[in-house]
Amino acid sequence: MQDKTHSSYKQLEQKSKYTNMFLRWFLYFVLVIFALYFIFPLYVMVVTSLKTMEEIRQGTLLTWPNGLNFDSWLVAWGGRGYGAGDTFLKPYFWNSIKMVVPAVFFSTFIGAMAGYVLTKWRFKGDKWVFLFLLFGCFIPYQAILLPMARTLGVLGISNSVIGLVLVHTVYGIPFTTLFFRNFYVSIPSELVKAARIDGAGFFKIFFKILLPVSTPIIVVTIIWQFTQIWNDFLFGSTFSFGEAAPIQVALNNMVLSSTSVKEYNVDMASAIIAGIPTLIVYVLAGKYFIRGLTSGAVKG
Amino acid sequence: MKTLKIEELSKNFGSTEVLRKINLEIDEGNFLVLLGPSGCGKSTLLNIIAGLETINEGNVHIDDYNVSKVEPKDRNIAMVFQSYALYPSMNVRENMIFGLKQAKVSKEKIEEQLEKVSKFLQVDALLERKPSQLSGGQRQRVAIGRALVREPRIFLFDEPLSNLDAKLRVEMRREIKKLHQQLKTTVVYVTHDQTEAMSLGTNIAIMNHGVIQQNDTPENIYNKPSNTFVADFIGSPSMNLIKGNLKESSNKVSFVTHGSNIEIPINGYDFKEKSNLDNKEVFFGIRPEHIFFKKSNEEDFEINLRADLSEYIGHEQIMTFNFENQELLAKFPSTVKIDLSKNTKLFFDLTQISLFDAKTEERI
Repeated sequence: MQDKTHSSYKQLEQKSKYTNMFLRWFLYFVLVIFALYFIFPLYVMVVTSLKTMEEIRQGTLLTWPNGLNFDSWLVAWGGRGYGAGDTFLKPYFWNSIKMVVPAVFFSTFIGAMAGYVLTKWRFKGDKWVFLFLLFGCFIPYQAILLPMARTLGVLGISNSVIGLVLVHTVYGIPFTTLFFRNFYVSIPSELVKAARIDGAGFFKIFFKILLPVSTPIIVVTIIWQFTQIWNDFLFGSTFSFGEAAPIQVALNNMVLSSTSVKEYNVDMASAIIAGIPTLIVYVLAGKYFIRGLTSGAVKG
Repeated sequence: MKTLKIEELSKNFGSTEVLRKINLEIDEGNFLVLLGPSGCGKSTLLNIIAGLETINEGNVHIDDYNVSKVEPKDRNIAMVFQSYALYPSMNVRENMIFGLKQAKVSKEKIEEQLEKVSKFLQVDALLERKPSQLSGGQRQRVAIGRALVREPRIFLFDEPLSNLDAKLRVEMRREIKKLHQQLKTTVVYVTHDQTEAMSLGTNIAIMNHGVIQQNDTPENIYNKPSNTFVADFIGSPSMNLIKGNLKESSNKVSFVTHGSNIEIPINGYDFKEKSNLDNKEVFFGIRPEHIFFKKSNEEDFEINLRADLSEYIGHEQIMTFNFENQELLAKFPSTVKIDLSKNTKLFFDLTQISLFDAKTEERI
């Protein structure tokens, strides 16, 4: 009797072993399929950008290029060096940098301050202020294009990088405030009390005590804001044109305005160039991103 | 001159009344413990003394100077928090001298203070460490050190031991007691732990619902609770409160439980007012530790009660008896053998009882 039970346990053990193995392989199979699916467009972009037009016409999308040919990258970045109406990315890339750096800095800084006030210096009606700020996260950008254009006109900064900095800063504040508020809520208010007894004031407490422990959330905010602002097309195309345009608008113009032949290799190279800065930010700060998003969940 | 004096202080958060007409005084060098259940307003009161909360009515005086509208940093106080509240980005040294630096104290003086205090608290080896590299006990020491270097007139402690484990809590409790004995600085200490309050305080103010129920020495709080709340709050298990009536005949007072003929004589009880006692509805209060299994003195009241429940807790046992269908708890050494469901002879030490008016719940 006992032996029989024993052997049936063995059978069950064997059976579950096979089931587990099958499930595991199936899981890997699905994961690989998805991975390929996601990497495929990037592969096509990179490969196409390295081909000459001749190769593109003759081969298929997936064909490997004959050699490493960076001509199309150079054209995308610096133009062909002749002719009017020759659009290339270099000046617009710097436009975008000039727009994104101050906009990210100001929106992050103001968000940090606002989060600090909303959590550590509570005042009457602070909940309403926060609610209205949250509301700002849900306003579709299209809804404010006209009033914003008017505002920029009145301020005399329409069609300028400064105007775009202002727009992006203002529209970043709801998000950055939300991030910082949620982070500072998890930091004990006793810290602020202790500092007040020690004689530190509003700004000193912020700069000396809260800001130094805010690295994770600062990184999250910077990544978020950088990606949003760098990739923005709507504000860029609405509030700027010509020489003041950011890179995404220039990319669009480049791809759409080519007169004779569609130069797929140059288009692909341009698209990659326009995407590189966000990639760099992700790679440099990626590990903080996860850490920052999950911080606050665990008491540190 | 009182080191700290609080007059008619009231505080609301919106429509909720947190503190109501608080009056408190502390003499130089005393250790006042604010004790009460959570939500009784004790931490709010401490924050008000520190200047971290505003006042709706009343005044706070430190050394006879009205500080009600003075900034926390100018009140000459220092505070130790439950979460330690050490600045995470600064090391121990920077944490301890942060306040002095804000106050623009000279470098030499800062160094001198730092050395003195860090040696005193045995944290001088930890000065370069960050708070995250310290154990709970060490953090607590540093937090106390940060308060000490300021040489304040009053120390404020807000449940400083609640985050420590049981063993460390007892150790740190003794250290705080030693610290107070050596420094003789005035202390206001908030806790919900009665053992902490009893062992540390020279005075205990018991609070409930924003009102001070009794402000007295630990001995008086324990022996002569001023109302049923204090009687019930202090002691573990808490005081037995048996409902019944007083009977007065020919100058002899006795206590009779409802619906029974057991009559407990009340001799030598220190009544606040010895009139209108006959037929007064009262609570008869006796602590579990004042019920004995053998006679302790001549005045003891002898009674046979049935034991219903026994809780063994090592050095002692807590027995539940049936006293005229009311539960009566008694505490005995665990060596005493008492059979359940049988009548046991017990002795009430009548010198240790308390009587409370059943309507007002005040001591009579």
